[in-house]
Amino acid sequence: MIVADQKPIEDIKQMLRGKRKVLAVGCGTCVAVCFAGGKREVGLLCSALRMATDLAGEPVEIDETVVQRECEQEYIEHLGERLDEYDAILSLGCGVGVQSLADSFPNTRVLPALNTKFMGAPSGQGVWEERCQGCGNCLLEYTGGICPISRCPKQLMNGPCGGTDQGGRCEVDPEIPCAWYNIWARMDNLNIQDELMEIHPPKDWSTSRDGGMRRIVRKDLQKPELDEGDS
Amino acid sequence: MTQQLATENKTTESELKAGSNLERILAAGQFAVTGEIGPPKNFDVEVIHRKVSLLKGYVDAANITDNQTGIVRMSSIGAGILIINQGLEPVIQLTCRDRNRLAMQSDILGAAAHGIKNVLCLSGDHQSFGNHPGAKNVHDLDSMQLMRMLQEMRDKNQFQCGEEIAGGGPPLFIGAAANPFADPVELRPLRLKKKAIAGANFVQTQIIYDMDRFKQYMKKSVDLGVTETVSVLAGVGPLKSAGMARYMRDNVPGMTVPDEIIERMEDAVQGISSEDKKARMAASRAEGIRICIEQIEQLKEVEGVAGIHIMAIEWEEAIKPIVTSAGLYPRPVCDS
Ligand code: SF4
Repeated sequence: MIVADQKPIEDIKQMLRGKRKVLAVGCGTCVAVCFAGGKREVGLLCSALRMATDLAGEPVEIDETVVQRECEQEYIEHLGERLDEYDAILSLGCGVGVQSLADSFPNTRVLPALNTKFMGAPSGQGVWEERCQGCGNCLLEYTGGICPISRCPKQLMNGPCGGTDQGGRCEVDPEIPCAWYNIWARMDNLNIQDELMEIHPPKDWSTSRDGGMRRIVRKDLQKPELDEGDS
Repeated sequence: MTQQLATENKTTESELKAGSNLERILAAGQFAVTGEIGPPKNFDVEVIHRKVSLLKGYVDAANITDNQTGIVRMSSIGAGILIINQGLEPVIQLTCRDRNRLAMQSDILGAAAHGIKNVLCLSGDHQSFGNHPGAKNVHDLDSMQLMRMLQEMRDKNQFQCGEEIAGGGPPLFIGAAANPFADPVELRPLRLKKKAIAGANFVQTQIIYDMDRFKQYMKKSVDLGVTETVSVLAGVGPLKSAGMARYMRDNVPGMTVPDEIIERMEDAVQGISSEDKKARMAASRAEGIRICIEQIEQLKEVEGVAGIHIMAIEWEEAIKPIVTSAGLYPRPVCDS
Protein backbone atom coordinates (compact mmCIF):
# COMPACT_ATOMS: atom_id res chain seq x y z
CA MET A 1 0.00 0.00 0.00
CA ILE A 2 0.91 3.65 -0.18
CA VAL A 3 2.11 4.85 3.20
CA ALA A 4 1.77 8.47 4.21
CA ASP A 5 2.26 10.61 7.25
CA GLN A 6 0.57 13.81 8.32
CA LYS A 7 2.45 17.06 7.77
CA PRO A 8 3.24 19.09 10.89
CA ILE A 9 0.14 20.97 11.94
CA GLU A 10 2.05 24.27 11.77
CA ASP A 11 2.73 23.70 8.06
CA ILE A 12 -0.92 22.92 7.40
CA LYS A 13 -2.01 25.97 9.38
CA GLN A 14 0.33 28.06 7.26
CA MET A 15 -1.24 26.69 4.07
CA LEU A 16 -4.69 27.65 5.33
CA ARG A 17 -3.81 31.29 6.00
CA GLY A 18 -6.23 33.64 4.36
CA LYS A 19 -8.78 30.89 3.64
CA ARG A 20 -12.26 31.30 5.12
CA LYS A 21 -13.74 27.93 4.39
CA VAL A 22 -12.13 24.69 3.24
CA LEU A 23 -13.24 21.16 2.56
CA ALA A 24 -11.09 18.45 4.09
CA VAL A 25 -11.18 15.28 1.99
CA GLY A 26 -9.92 12.03 3.45
CA CYS A 27 -9.49 8.77 1.61
CA GLY A 28 -10.75 5.37 2.66
CA THR A 29 -8.07 3.28 0.99
CA CYS A 30 -4.30 3.13 1.67
CA VAL A 31 -4.02 6.20 3.90
CA ALA A 32 -6.93 4.97 6.01
CA VAL A 33 -5.17 1.65 6.53
CA CYS A 34 -1.97 3.39 7.63
CA PHE A 35 -3.92 5.76 9.91
CA ALA A 36 -2.94 8.96 8.13
CA GLY A 37 -5.99 10.09 6.17
CA GLY A 38 -9.06 8.02 7.03
CA LYS A 39 -12.23 9.20 8.75
CA ARG A 40 -10.74 9.29 12.22
CA GLU A 41 -7.64 11.22 11.16
CA VAL A 42 -9.71 13.71 9.20
CA GLY A 43 -11.79 14.34 12.30
CA LEU A 44 -8.80 14.76 14.58
CA LEU A 45 -6.88 17.00 12.22
CA CYS A 46 -9.88 19.22 11.51
CA SER A 47 -10.65 19.74 15.22
CA ALA A 48 -7.03 20.62 15.84
CA LEU A 49 -6.99 23.03 12.92
CA ARG A 50 -10.22 24.72 13.97
CA MET A 51 -8.76 25.29 17.40
CA ALA A 52 -5.41 26.43 16.14
CA THR A 53 -6.79 28.87 13.58
CA ASP A 54 -9.25 30.18 16.15
CA LEU A 55 -6.48 30.78 18.63
CA ALA A 56 -4.49 32.57 15.99
CA GLY A 57 -7.45 34.91 15.43
CA GLU A 58 -7.89 33.71 11.84
CA PRO A 59 -10.60 31.09 12.16
CA VAL A 60 -11.09 28.79 9.22
CA GLU A 61 -14.36 26.97 8.74
CA ILE A 62 -13.65 23.37 7.85
CA ASP A 63 -16.07 20.77 6.53
CA GLU A 64 -15.10 17.12 6.51
CA THR A 65 -15.70 14.30 4.10
CA VAL A 66 -14.10 10.99 3.21
CA VAL A 67 -14.21 9.39 -0.21
CA GLN A 68 -13.63 5.74 -0.78
CA ARG A 69 -10.78 6.21 -3.24
CA GLU A 70 -9.43 9.70 -3.81
CA CYS A 71 -7.26 8.69 -6.76
CA GLU A 72 -10.18 7.77 -9.03
CA GLN A 73 -12.38 10.30 -10.68
CA GLU A 74 -15.61 8.40 -10.29
CA TYR A 75 -15.22 8.47 -6.50
CA ILE A 76 -14.55 12.19 -6.28
CA GLU A 77 -16.60 13.82 -9.03
CA HIS A 78 -19.62 14.30 -6.75
CA LEU A 79 -17.55 16.74 -4.67
CA GLY A 80 -17.75 19.20 -7.55
CA GLU A 81 -21.38 20.00 -6.77
CA ARG A 82 -20.50 21.80 -3.53
CA LEU A 83 -17.09 23.27 -4.24
CA ASP A 84 -18.31 26.78 -4.93
CA GLU A 85 -18.57 27.48 -1.22
CA TYR A 86 -14.94 26.59 -0.51
CA ASP A 87 -11.68 28.50 -0.89
CA ALA A 88 -9.71 25.27 -1.05
CA ILE A 89 -9.71 21.52 -0.63
CA LEU A 90 -7.43 20.15 2.06
CA SER A 91 -6.61 16.63 0.93
CA LEU A 92 -5.75 13.87 3.36
CA GLY A 93 -5.10 11.52 0.48
CA CYS A 94 -1.75 10.50 -0.88
CA GLY A 95 -0.01 12.55 -3.57
CA VAL A 96 -1.98 10.70 -6.19
CA GLY A 97 -5.24 11.65 -4.51
CA VAL A 98 -4.21 15.32 -4.27
CA GLN A 99 -3.49 15.37 -8.00
CA SER A 100 -6.68 13.58 -8.95
CA LEU A 101 -8.58 16.27 -7.07
CA ALA A 102 -6.56 18.98 -8.82
CA ASP A 103 -7.16 17.36 -12.21
CA SER A 104 -10.89 17.08 -11.59
CA PHE A 105 -11.41 20.56 -10.19
CA PRO A 106 -9.36 23.08 -12.15
CA ASN A 107 -10.93 26.05 -10.39
CA THR A 108 -10.26 24.94 -6.85
CA ARG A 109 -6.98 25.09 -5.01
CA VAL A 110 -5.96 21.70 -3.55
CA LEU A 111 -3.62 21.58 -0.54
CA PRO A 112 -1.82 18.47 0.74
CA ALA A 113 -2.13 17.63 4.42
CA LEU A 114 0.00 14.51 4.14
CA ASN A 115 3.52 13.68 3.10
CA THR A 116 3.37 10.60 0.92
CA LYS A 117 6.25 8.41 1.97
CA PHE A 118 6.50 5.13 0.16
CA MET A 119 5.01 1.88 -1.03
CA GLY A 120 5.36 -0.42 1.91
CA ALA A 121 3.90 -2.65 4.51
CA PRO A 122 3.45 -2.68 8.26
CA SER A 123 6.34 -4.47 9.92
CA GLY A 124 5.07 -4.24 13.46
CA GLN A 125 2.57 -2.39 15.60
CA GLY A 126 2.64 1.21 14.38
CA VAL A 127 5.64 0.65 12.10
CA TRP A 128 5.63 0.72 8.31
CA GLU A 129 8.58 0.00 6.07
CA GLU A 130 9.31 0.71 2.46
CA ARG A 131 9.28 -2.29 0.16
CA CYS A 132 9.08 -1.05 -3.45
CA GLN A 133 10.18 1.95 -5.46
CA GLY A 134 8.28 1.07 -8.59
CA CYS A 135 11.45 0.87 -10.68
CA GLY A 136 9.41 -0.75 -13.44
CA ASN A 137 11.63 -3.78 -13.82
CA CYS A 138 11.26 -6.11 -10.88
CA LEU A 139 14.41 -7.93 -9.83
CA LEU A 140 13.07 -9.79 -6.81
CA GLU A 141 13.67 -13.01 -8.70
CA TYR A 142 17.41 -12.57 -8.20
CA THR A 143 17.47 -11.21 -4.70
CA GLY A 144 15.62 -13.77 -2.70
CA GLY A 145 12.40 -11.76 -2.67
CA ILE A 146 13.96 -8.78 -0.88
CA CYS A 147 14.24 -5.51 -2.80
CA PRO A 148 17.64 -3.76 -2.61
CA ILE A 149 16.39 -0.85 -4.70
CA SER A 150 14.01 0.25 -1.96
CA ARG A 151 15.73 -1.25 1.07
CA CYS A 152 19.44 -0.53 0.51
CA PRO A 153 20.30 3.19 0.72
CA LYS A 154 22.94 2.65 -1.97
CA GLN A 155 20.61 0.62 -4.18
CA LEU A 156 23.34 -1.97 -4.62
CA MET A 157 22.61 -4.67 -7.13
CA ASN A 158 25.58 -6.73 -5.98
CA GLY A 159 25.75 -6.11 -2.25
CA PRO A 160 26.36 -6.02 0.62
CA CYS A 161 28.70 -3.07 0.95
CA GLY A 162 31.53 -3.14 3.46
CA GLY A 163 29.52 -1.27 6.04
CA THR A 164 27.08 -3.88 7.28
CA ASP A 165 27.26 -3.81 11.03
CA GLN A 166 27.32 -6.70 13.44
CA GLY A 167 23.98 -8.40 13.48
CA GLY A 168 23.18 -7.18 9.99
CA ARG A 169 22.24 -3.56 10.58
CA CYS A 170 22.69 -1.00 7.82
CA GLU A 171 25.63 1.37 8.25
CA VAL A 172 23.44 4.28 7.25
CA ASP A 173 20.88 3.78 10.00
CA PRO A 174 21.22 1.19 12.73
CA GLU A 175 17.43 1.16 13.00
CA ILE A 176 17.09 -0.46 9.61
CA PRO A 177 18.24 -3.96 8.71
CA CYS A 178 20.83 -4.29 5.95
CA ALA A 179 18.86 -5.41 2.90
CA TRP A 180 21.79 -7.41 1.58
CA TYR A 181 22.44 -9.13 4.85
CA ASN A 182 18.86 -10.33 4.71
CA ILE A 183 19.11 -11.24 1.03
CA TRP A 184 22.13 -13.33 1.82
CA ALA A 185 20.52 -14.96 4.86
CA ARG A 186 17.39 -15.79 2.90
CA MET A 187 19.23 -17.18 -0.10
CA ASP A 188 21.45 -19.18 2.21
CA ASN A 189 18.36 -20.57 3.88
CA LEU A 190 16.86 -21.49 0.50
CA ASN A 191 20.18 -23.01 -0.47
CA ILE A 192 20.52 -20.76 -3.50
CA GLN A 193 23.46 -18.72 -2.17
CA ASP A 194 25.46 -19.65 -5.28
CA GLU A 195 23.30 -17.23 -7.22
CA LEU A 196 24.89 -14.41 -5.26
CA MET A 197 28.06 -14.87 -7.28
CA GLU A 198 26.20 -13.78 -10.39
CA ILE A 199 27.17 -10.23 -11.33
CA HIS A 200 24.01 -8.36 -12.11
CA PRO A 201 24.59 -6.02 -15.02
CA PRO A 202 23.83 -2.30 -14.77
CA LYS A 203 20.14 -1.74 -14.36
CA ASP A 204 18.14 -0.16 -17.14
CA TRP A 205 16.67 2.77 -15.25
CA SER A 206 14.60 3.94 -18.20
CA THR A 207 11.64 2.04 -16.80
CA SER A 208 12.08 3.91 -13.54
CA ARG A 209 11.44 7.58 -12.76
CA ASP A 210 14.46 8.41 -14.94
CA GLY A 211 12.49 7.66 -18.09
CA GLY A 212 9.93 10.34 -17.34
CA MET A 213 6.38 10.06 -16.07
CA ARG A 214 5.30 6.49 -16.59
CA ARG A 215 2.16 5.39 -18.25
CA ILE A 216 0.52 2.06 -18.91
CA VAL A 217 -1.84 1.65 -21.83
CA ARG A 218 -3.88 -1.54 -21.89
CA LYS A 219 -5.58 -1.74 -25.26
CA ASP A 220 -7.54 -4.76 -24.10
CA LEU A 221 -9.21 -2.67 -21.43
CA GLN A 222 -9.96 0.33 -23.57
CA LYS A 223 -13.39 0.80 -25.12
CA PRO A 224 -13.12 -0.52 -28.67
CA GLU A 225 -13.25 2.34 -31.13
CA LEU A 226 -15.99 1.72 -33.62
CA ASP A 227 -14.98 1.52 -37.22
CA GLU A 228 -16.56 4.21 -39.32
CA GLY A 229 -18.25 1.55 -41.39
CA ASP A 230 -19.98 0.17 -38.28
CA SER A 231 -21.79 3.32 -37.38
CA MET B 1 25.75 -15.77 -17.76
CA THR B 2 28.32 -17.95 -16.05
CA GLN B 3 30.96 -16.11 -14.14
CA GLN B 4 34.43 -17.46 -14.01
CA LEU B 5 37.60 -16.20 -12.48
CA ALA B 6 39.64 -15.06 -15.42
CA THR B 7 43.22 -15.90 -14.64
CA GLU B 8 44.28 -13.29 -17.14
CA ASN B 9 43.10 -10.64 -14.65
CA LYS B 10 46.36 -10.95 -12.81
CA THR B 11 49.02 -9.23 -14.74
CA THR B 12 52.33 -10.74 -15.54
CA GLU B 13 55.33 -8.67 -16.46
CA SER B 14 54.90 -9.54 -20.10
CA GLU B 15 51.26 -8.58 -20.28
CA LEU B 16 50.56 -5.43 -18.36
CA LYS B 17 47.04 -4.03 -18.40
CA ALA B 18 47.97 -0.42 -17.93
CA GLY B 19 51.66 -0.35 -17.12
CA SER B 20 51.30 1.79 -14.01
CA ASN B 21 54.10 1.73 -11.50
CA LEU B 22 51.87 -0.12 -9.03
CA GLU B 23 51.02 -2.74 -11.60
CA ARG B 24 54.64 -3.23 -12.59
CA ILE B 25 55.74 -3.64 -8.97
CA LEU B 26 53.04 -6.25 -8.37
CA ALA B 27 53.72 -8.01 -11.66
CA ALA B 28 57.38 -8.25 -10.71
CA GLY B 29 56.34 -10.01 -7.50
CA GLN B 30 57.59 -7.18 -5.30
CA PHE B 31 55.81 -6.42 -2.02
CA ALA B 32 53.86 -3.28 -2.91
CA VAL B 33 53.24 -0.25 -0.72
CA THR B 34 50.45 2.23 -1.30
CA GLY B 35 49.47 5.25 0.76
CA GLU B 36 46.62 7.67 0.84
CA ILE B 37 46.21 11.40 0.31
CA GLY B 38 43.04 13.21 1.25
CA PRO B 39 42.65 16.29 -0.96
CA PRO B 40 41.91 19.60 0.80
CA LYS B 41 38.48 21.16 1.24
CA ASN B 42 39.59 24.00 -1.03
CA PHE B 43 41.80 24.44 -4.09
CA ASP B 44 45.06 24.89 -2.23
CA VAL B 45 47.77 23.25 -4.32
CA GLU B 46 50.25 23.62 -1.46
CA VAL B 47 48.40 21.08 0.66
CA ILE B 48 48.82 18.51 -2.09
CA HIS B 49 52.48 19.38 -2.57
CA ARG B 50 53.19 19.03 1.13
CA LYS B 51 51.54 15.61 1.32
CA VAL B 52 53.31 14.44 -1.82
CA SER B 53 56.64 15.42 -0.30
CA LEU B 54 55.87 13.16 2.68
CA LEU B 55 54.91 10.14 0.58
CA LYS B 56 57.06 10.36 -2.52
CA GLY B 57 59.70 7.66 -2.63
CA TYR B 58 58.08 5.74 0.21
CA VAL B 59 55.01 4.43 -1.57
CA ASP B 60 54.53 3.01 -5.06
CA ALA B 61 51.30 4.90 -5.54
CA ALA B 62 48.96 7.00 -3.43
CA ASN B 63 45.18 6.74 -3.28
CA ILE B 64 43.42 10.02 -3.76
CA THR B 65 40.13 9.91 -1.92
CA ASP B 66 36.90 10.91 -3.66
CA ASN B 67 34.78 13.14 -1.40
CA GLN B 68 35.58 10.76 1.41
CA THR B 69 32.86 10.35 4.05
CA GLY B 70 30.62 12.40 1.81
CA ILE B 71 32.49 15.64 2.43
CA VAL B 72 33.19 17.91 -0.53
CA ARG B 73 36.87 18.14 -1.35
CA MET B 74 39.06 18.82 -4.35
CA SER B 75 38.22 16.15 -6.93
CA SER B 76 40.30 13.00 -6.89
CA ILE B 77 41.12 13.37 -10.57
CA GLY B 78 42.08 17.04 -10.20
CA ALA B 79 44.32 16.25 -7.25
CA GLY B 80 45.62 13.19 -9.10
CA ILE B 81 46.85 15.33 -11.98
CA LEU B 82 48.70 17.59 -9.54
CA ILE B 83 50.28 14.54 -7.96
CA ILE B 84 51.45 13.11 -11.27
CA ASN B 85 53.09 16.43 -11.99
CA GLN B 86 54.92 16.11 -8.69
CA GLY B 87 56.25 12.70 -9.67
CA LEU B 88 54.00 10.51 -7.52
CA GLU B 89 51.62 7.98 -9.00
CA PRO B 90 47.96 8.33 -8.01
CA VAL B 91 45.28 5.71 -7.47
CA ILE B 92 42.12 7.61 -8.25
CA GLN B 93 39.19 6.68 -6.06
CA LEU B 94 35.90 6.73 -7.92
CA THR B 95 32.64 6.42 -6.01
CA CYS B 96 29.25 5.39 -7.35
CA ARG B 97 27.59 7.87 -5.03
CA ASP B 98 28.22 11.03 -7.02
CA ARG B 99 28.15 10.06 -10.69
CA ASN B 100 26.09 8.14 -13.17
CA ARG B 101 27.58 5.97 -15.91
CA LEU B 102 27.92 8.91 -18.28
CA ALA B 103 29.94 10.96 -15.83
CA MET B 104 32.04 7.98 -14.78
CA GLN B 105 33.06 7.10 -18.28
CA SER B 106 33.81 10.67 -19.26
CA ASP B 107 35.80 11.19 -16.06
CA ILE B 108 37.77 8.05 -16.80
CA LEU B 109 38.57 9.23 -20.31
CA GLY B 110 39.63 12.60 -18.94
CA ALA B 111 41.76 10.96 -16.25
CA ALA B 112 43.37 8.63 -18.77
CA ALA B 113 44.18 11.60 -21.00
CA HIS B 114 46.14 13.00 -18.05
CA GLY B 115 48.05 9.77 -17.59
CA ILE B 116 46.04 8.39 -14.67
CA LYS B 117 45.98 4.60 -14.74
CA ASN B 118 45.07 3.22 -11.33
CA VAL B 119 41.38 3.47 -10.44
CA LEU B 120 39.82 2.23 -7.22
CA CYS B 121 36.10 1.50 -7.57
CA LEU B 122 33.95 2.19 -4.53
CA SER B 123 30.27 2.43 -3.64
CA GLY B 124 31.10 5.48 -1.57
CA ASP B 125 30.26 6.45 1.98
CA HIS B 126 26.63 7.44 2.30
CA GLN B 127 26.01 11.18 1.99
CA SER B 128 24.28 11.23 5.38
CA PHE B 129 27.74 10.99 6.99
CA GLY B 130 29.02 14.07 5.20
CA ASN B 131 28.44 17.79 4.98
CA HIS B 132 25.61 17.69 2.45
CA PRO B 133 23.27 15.13 4.01
CA GLY B 134 20.37 16.42 1.87
CA ALA B 135 22.15 15.53 -1.37
CA LYS B 136 20.64 13.11 -3.85
CA ASN B 137 22.81 10.06 -4.29
CA VAL B 138 23.27 8.49 -7.68
CA HIS B 139 24.19 4.79 -7.46
CA ASP B 140 23.37 4.27 -11.11
CA LEU B 141 25.97 1.49 -10.98
CA ASP B 142 27.37 -0.31 -7.98
CA SER B 143 31.07 -0.95 -7.54
CA MET B 144 30.92 -4.40 -9.18
CA GLN B 145 29.21 -2.95 -12.23
CA LEU B 146 31.66 -0.07 -12.29
CA MET B 147 34.61 -2.46 -12.38
CA ARG B 148 32.99 -4.51 -15.10
CA MET B 149 32.34 -1.35 -17.11
CA LEU B 150 35.95 -0.19 -16.79
CA GLN B 151 37.19 -3.65 -17.70
CA GLU B 152 35.10 -3.61 -20.86
CA MET B 153 36.23 -0.10 -21.72
CA ARG B 154 39.81 -1.28 -21.44
CA ASP B 155 39.65 -4.79 -22.88
CA LYS B 156 36.80 -4.57 -25.35
CA ASN B 157 37.18 -0.90 -26.32
CA GLN B 158 33.57 -0.51 -25.46
CA PHE B 159 31.41 2.01 -23.70
CA GLN B 160 28.89 0.57 -21.28
CA CYS B 161 26.19 0.93 -23.95
CA GLY B 162 28.18 -1.34 -26.24
CA GLU B 163 29.33 1.41 -28.58
CA GLU B 164 32.93 1.22 -29.66
CA ILE B 165 35.54 3.57 -28.21
CA ALA B 166 37.17 4.72 -31.42
CA GLY B 167 40.93 4.73 -31.03
CA GLY B 168 40.90 2.18 -28.22
CA GLY B 169 39.98 1.94 -24.57
CA PRO B 170 41.87 3.61 -21.73
CA PRO B 171 44.71 1.65 -20.07
CA LEU B 172 43.44 1.02 -16.55
CA PHE B 173 44.65 -0.91 -13.54
CA ILE B 174 41.38 -1.62 -11.76
CA GLY B 175 41.12 -1.77 -8.00
CA ALA B 176 38.49 -2.56 -5.41
CA ALA B 177 38.12 -2.17 -1.69
CA ALA B 178 37.29 -5.04 0.63
CA ASN B 179 36.21 -5.19 4.23
CA PRO B 180 37.16 -8.64 5.53
CA PHE B 181 35.45 -8.01 8.85
CA ALA B 182 31.96 -6.72 8.05
CA ASP B 183 28.96 -8.97 8.53
CA PRO B 184 28.11 -11.48 7.16
CA VAL B 185 31.72 -12.56 7.65
CA GLU B 186 31.18 -15.88 5.85
CA LEU B 187 30.33 -13.97 2.70
CA ARG B 188 33.40 -11.73 2.61
CA PRO B 189 35.87 -14.07 0.86
CA LEU B 190 33.16 -14.83 -1.70
CA ARG B 191 32.65 -11.13 -2.27
CA LEU B 192 36.36 -10.77 -2.87
CA LYS B 193 36.05 -13.47 -5.46
CA LYS B 194 33.10 -11.71 -7.01
CA LYS B 195 35.14 -8.52 -7.27
CA ALA B 196 37.89 -10.44 -9.00
CA ILE B 197 35.33 -11.80 -11.44
CA ALA B 198 33.93 -8.31 -11.98
CA GLY B 199 37.35 -7.14 -13.11
CA ALA B 200 39.43 -6.15 -10.10
CA ASN B 201 43.17 -6.42 -10.67
CA PHE B 202 44.04 -5.33 -7.15
CA VAL B 203 42.22 -4.98 -3.87
CA GLN B 204 42.95 -2.84 -0.84
CA THR B 205 41.44 -3.99 2.43
CA GLN B 206 39.97 -2.17 5.37
CA ILE B 207 42.50 -1.43 8.13
CA ILE B 208 43.44 -4.63 9.92
CA TYR B 209 44.01 -4.76 13.66
CA ASP B 210 42.73 -8.24 14.29
CA MET B 211 45.39 -10.35 12.64
CA ASP B 212 43.79 -13.70 13.47
CA ARG B 213 40.53 -12.83 11.76
CA PHE B 214 42.38 -11.46 8.77
CA LYS B 215 44.41 -14.65 8.44
CA GLN B 216 41.21 -16.70 8.40
CA TYR B 217 39.82 -14.44 5.69
CA MET B 218 42.96 -14.75 3.59
CA LYS B 219 43.06 -18.49 4.02
CA LYS B 220 39.54 -18.80 2.64
CA SER B 221 40.30 -16.35 -0.16
CA VAL B 222 43.43 -18.27 -1.15
CA ASP B 223 41.43 -21.51 -1.10
CA LEU B 224 38.89 -19.92 -3.43
CA GLY B 225 41.69 -19.15 -5.84
CA VAL B 226 41.09 -15.41 -5.66
CA THR B 227 44.68 -14.44 -5.04
CA GLU B 228 45.71 -16.12 -8.26
CA THR B 229 43.87 -13.44 -10.16
CA VAL B 230 43.93 -10.40 -7.94
CA SER B 231 46.66 -8.75 -5.85
CA VAL B 232 45.56 -8.16 -2.27
CA LEU B 233 47.07 -5.18 -0.48
CA ALA B 234 46.41 -5.47 3.24
CA GLY B 235 45.26 -2.26 4.90
CA VAL B 236 47.16 -0.92 7.88
CA GLY B 237 46.85 2.31 9.79
CA PRO B 238 48.94 3.65 12.65
CA LEU B 239 46.93 4.43 15.77
CA LYS B 240 47.40 7.89 17.23
CA SER B 241 46.07 7.10 20.69
CA ALA B 242 44.18 4.59 22.80
CA GLY B 243 41.13 6.80 22.33
CA MET B 244 41.36 6.42 18.56
CA ALA B 245 41.69 2.66 18.94
CA ARG B 246 38.57 2.51 21.06
CA TYR B 247 36.72 4.79 18.68
CA MET B 248 37.54 2.57 15.73
CA ARG B 249 36.53 -0.53 17.65
CA ASP B 250 33.19 0.99 18.63
CA ASN B 251 32.26 2.96 15.53
CA VAL B 252 33.70 1.39 12.42
CA PRO B 253 31.44 -1.38 11.10
CA GLY B 254 32.94 -4.79 11.57
CA MET B 255 36.19 -3.51 12.98
CA THR B 256 37.61 -5.36 15.91
CA VAL B 257 40.60 -3.92 17.72
CA PRO B 258 41.98 -6.57 20.07
CA ASP B 259 42.25 -5.58 23.74
CA GLU B 260 45.95 -6.26 23.61
CA ILE B 261 46.44 -3.40 21.15
CA ILE B 262 44.31 -1.01 23.18
CA GLU B 263 46.29 -1.93 26.30
CA ARG B 264 49.57 -1.29 24.52
CA MET B 265 48.35 2.13 23.48
CA GLU B 266 47.26 2.86 27.05
CA ASP B 267 50.53 1.62 28.52
CA ALA B 268 52.50 3.85 26.16
CA VAL B 269 51.47 6.95 28.11
CA GLN B 270 51.78 5.39 31.57
CA GLY B 271 53.93 7.43 33.86
CA ILE B 272 53.80 10.57 31.72
CA SER B 273 52.07 13.43 33.50
CA SER B 274 48.66 14.25 32.05
CA GLU B 275 49.82 17.88 32.01
CA ASP B 276 52.50 17.07 29.49
CA LYS B 277 50.23 16.65 26.49
CA LYS B 278 53.09 16.87 24.04
CA ALA B 279 55.05 14.05 25.60
CA ARG B 280 51.95 11.89 25.90
CA MET B 281 51.11 12.46 22.25
CA ALA B 282 54.65 11.66 21.14
CA ALA B 283 54.78 8.48 23.23
CA SER B 284 51.45 7.22 22.06
CA ARG B 285 52.13 8.00 18.40
CA ALA B 286 55.47 6.23 18.60
CA GLU B 287 53.71 3.15 19.95
CA GLY B 288 51.12 3.39 17.18
CA ILE B 289 53.86 3.37 14.60
CA ARG B 290 55.60 0.43 16.34
CA ILE B 291 52.41 -1.63 16.31
CA CYS B 292 51.90 -0.80 12.64
CA ILE B 293 55.41 -1.95 11.77
CA GLU B 294 54.95 -5.22 13.66
CA GLN B 295 51.71 -5.80 11.79
CA ILE B 296 53.40 -5.25 8.45
CA GLU B 297 56.04 -7.79 9.43
CA GLN B 298 53.27 -10.29 10.14
CA LEU B 299 51.37 -9.45 6.97
CA LYS B 300 54.45 -10.11 4.85
CA GLU B 301 54.15 -13.72 5.96
CA VAL B 302 50.45 -14.16 5.19
CA GLU B 303 49.86 -16.19 2.08
CA GLY B 304 48.18 -14.20 -0.66
CA VAL B 305 49.14 -10.77 0.63
CA ALA B 306 50.87 -8.91 -2.19
CA GLY B 307 51.54 -5.66 -0.38
CA ILE B 308 50.20 -3.16 2.08
CA HIS B 309 48.05 -0.11 1.89
CA ILE B 310 48.89 2.41 4.62
CA MET B 311 46.09 4.70 5.70
CA ALA B 312 47.54 7.57 7.64
CA ILE B 313 45.17 10.31 6.60
CA GLU B 314 46.11 13.66 8.17
CA TRP B 315 49.20 11.96 9.60
CA GLU B 316 51.24 11.52 6.46
CA GLU B 317 54.43 12.08 8.48
CA ALA B 318 54.01 8.53 9.77
CA ILE B 319 54.55 6.96 6.36
CA LYS B 320 58.30 7.48 6.20
CA PRO B 321 59.20 5.86 9.57
CA ILE B 322 56.76 3.01 8.97
CA VAL B 323 58.01 2.13 5.50
CA THR B 324 61.64 2.53 6.50
CA SER B 325 61.46 0.49 9.69
CA ALA B 326 59.39 -2.23 8.03
CA GLY B 327 62.30 -2.78 5.69
CA LEU B 328 60.37 -1.59 2.68
CA TYR B 329 62.62 1.31 1.77
CA PRO B 330 63.91 2.06 -0.80
CA ARG B 331 61.04 1.21 -3.06
CA PRO B 332 61.94 -0.97 -6.00
CA VAL B 333 62.14 0.58 -9.42
CA CYS B 334 60.45 -1.44 -12.13
CA ASP B 335 61.10 0.22 -15.44
CA SER B 336 58.47 0.13 -18.10
S1 SF4 C 1 24.77 -1.79 4.94
FE1 SF4 C 1 23.49 -3.07 3.60
S2 SF4 C 1 21.61 -1.90 3.24
FE2 SF4 C 1 23.11 -0.49 4.12
S3 SF4 C 1 24.10 0.48 2.34
FE3 SF4 C 1 25.35 -1.31 2.84
S4 SF4 C 1 24.53 -3.00 1.62
FE4 SF4 C 1 23.01 -1.35 1.58
